[in-house]
Amino acid sequence: MSGGGAGAAFFALLRRDLLVMWRRRADALNPVLFALMVATLFPLAMGPEAEKLSRIAGGAAWVVVLLASLLSLDLLFRPDAEDGTLEQLIASRQPLALMAAAKILAHWLGTGLPLLLVGPLIAKLLGLDDRAIPTLAAALALGTPLLSALGASCAALTVGMRRSGILLALLVLPLVVPVLIFGAGAVEAALTGGTARPALLFLGAGLMLAVPLAPLTCAAALRLNAA
Amino acid sequence: MVENSDAPPLLEARGLSFARNDEPIFGPVDLAVRAGEALVVEGDNGAGKTTLVRILAGLVEPTAGTLLWQGAPLDRDMRDAKGMALLGHHLGLKPELTPRENLAFRAALDGVRRGMTTEMALRSVGLEGYEDSAVRTLSAGQRKRTALAALLLSGASLWLLDEPYANLDRPGHVLVDRMLETHCQRGGSAILTSHGLSMPALARVGRLQLRVTPP
Amino acid sequence: MNTLTLWFHKMGSPPTFYRVASRIEPWLFATALLSAAVGLYLGLFRAPADYLQGESARILYIHVPCAWMSLFVYAFMALNGAIAIVWRIKLSEQLVVAAAPIGAAFTAITLVTGALWGKPTWGTYWVWDARLTSELVLLFLYFGVIGLERAIEDRRKAARAASLLAIVGVVNLPIIHFSVKWWNTLHQGESIKLIGKSTVDPSMLWPILIMAVATKLYFGGALLARTRIAVLAQESGKEWVRELVLGKERNS
Repeated sequence: MSGGGAGAAFFALLRRDLLVMWRRRADALNPVLFALMVATLFPLAMGPEAEKLSRIAGGAAWVVVLLASLLSLDLLFRPDAEDGTLEQLIASRQPLALMAAAKILAHWLGTGLPLLLVGPLIAKLLGLDDRAIPTLAAALALGTPLLSALGASCAALTVGMRRSGILLALLVLPLVVPVLIFGAGAVEAALTGGTARPALLFLGAGLMLAVPLAPLTCAAALRLNAA
Repeated sequence: MVENSDAPPLLEARGLSFARNDEPIFGPVDLAVRAGEALVVEGDNGAGKTTLVRILAGLVEPTAGTLLWQGAPLDRDMRDAKGMALLGHHLGLKPELTPRENLAFRAALDGVRRGMTTEMALRSVGLEGYEDSAVRTLSAGQRKRTALAALLLSGASLWLLDEPYANLDRPGHVLVDRMLETHCQRGGSAILTSHGLSMPALARVGRLQLRVTPP
Repeated sequence: MNTLTLWFHKMGSPPTFYRVASRIEPWLFATALLSAAVGLYLGLFRAPADYLQGESARILYIHVPCAWMSLFVYAFMALNGAIAIVWRIKLSEQLVVAAAPIGAAFTAITLVTGALWGKPTWGTYWVWDARLTSELVLLFLYFGVIGLERAIEDRRKAARAASLLAIVGVVNLPIIHFSVKWWNTLHQGESIKLIGKSTVDPSMLWPILIMAVATKLYFGGALLARTRIAVLAQESGKEWVRELVLGKERNS
């Protein structure tokens, strides 16, 4: 017998998930389209006055990105559970937490990264001051993987249910409150001439904490749901 | 093949039972498979055949009982040298990918039998010409054959097969029998479930009958 | 196995747990009622009215103990969740499931009494104060645990999933609390404190402490009652339940 090292399996799973995403690239665009559409709701609901919109632009961009990333979570583990590849992952000798990490990374590359690119665009559309755009991009760069990691733990908990839609949102939203606060707080600080550094550092610290913990939680939840 | 009855069985289960919501599903059951043996788990719908296979594969925790792998307790969380391959109801194939890509992934996950390649495995199950069509465009029988090719490719010594004959035509049945025979001759072993209609045409087949537990 | 796990296994046996729980439960409820009566009497009638907030401050004798309980129950849940996940002890799983609605109720009472107190004090029922906001998020966390447990069909699996979520929640709880406090100072400077740093008069402290004891006793009683009923429902097919029910019918 040859092959089958943990590192090779990690990259093989990452590659497989990206390949599946590429084959379904029309679906992969959905979160981005959703984000753009929700962004257009803000001027429609609040009126087109540039001044009013620009004041909420940073926060709105964060809410939009958060909702869009929430929407894509159900696709993280569910297809694998339905076609039996999740069973194979659990039954294989590879460490399940590492496999979960590969899946989270693939999910971030597939949905978090596009949202990270479109987030500043949305903020610009709503009239966010140019000074704050780099800060928003930096905050999204740290925050979107954090959203993927926290969301993945909840997605893994609900993977055994036939439909999880609204429950998944109910589980994820309270957990991502800090991401929203520090993410939007960084933008706010940049706008008001303060320093965004503390908020960005908090996001970074959260990410450092989530990188080892989220895959472990996912692994425990996936094992539980396989039973 | 030299028989060695002193060696501990490849996989042994003692007093295995399972209950869901405290309703007994099956058990207690004892079973053992040695190298070169196949064991057929028979039983009607609801007798717990699938659950038994999933317990053996480490997916489900039994309510009671112990599992021994070559005589040593099989720890659920320490399955490094496990050498089991599972073919379940869900075949474990990504519909968006081709058989070749699916097998390449499984090879990275579970390792490859020495001397075996993806090409050879797909050819032996009769899928030449379909290597690069997406699995979702294949028929149910062809998908099953793809999953069988993944078994051939893996270096696992114990095959856990849940209803291996389902969705297969007559040549497919013959294929499964031939695969089992070769696997057992090489010193491998298999545990398969069946609701009694199709039985493998093998020399050394053990049988285990599971009965439906009345509620 | 050490004595603690042995004790858990013994208590985890459904008939033993049922017997012990039904013996302790009335005592917990009775002492809870008694201490609540004493605490409320001292708080509502004997303690002096707050010289700044007047009589409305008396709602704090309910609000503060409930707020403590809302956190205490979550911590209790997470601790049992950890025991359930690590040692696979069934009783702990059932305690997590039974504790969640009680904790949610304490959290809801905290929010409602906070709002009632806020009206005369701040002139509005709700302000986005750091404590109120994180208490609201805590309520959502409770709802998550309850919702997840209800949504999974297999009781055992549901309880284990709820346990895992409680652990995830407890790791996040301090972070959420901290982030909300940070958010609050960012947006409106130092937030209004429910209880200032000023020394609390013993005549006001005692009723709060007695009420804290009362809420804990009530929690114990309610927890045992809920777990006992869950055990009974789960074991409904078993011999000891049949004997219990038939025995009761014969006696009545």
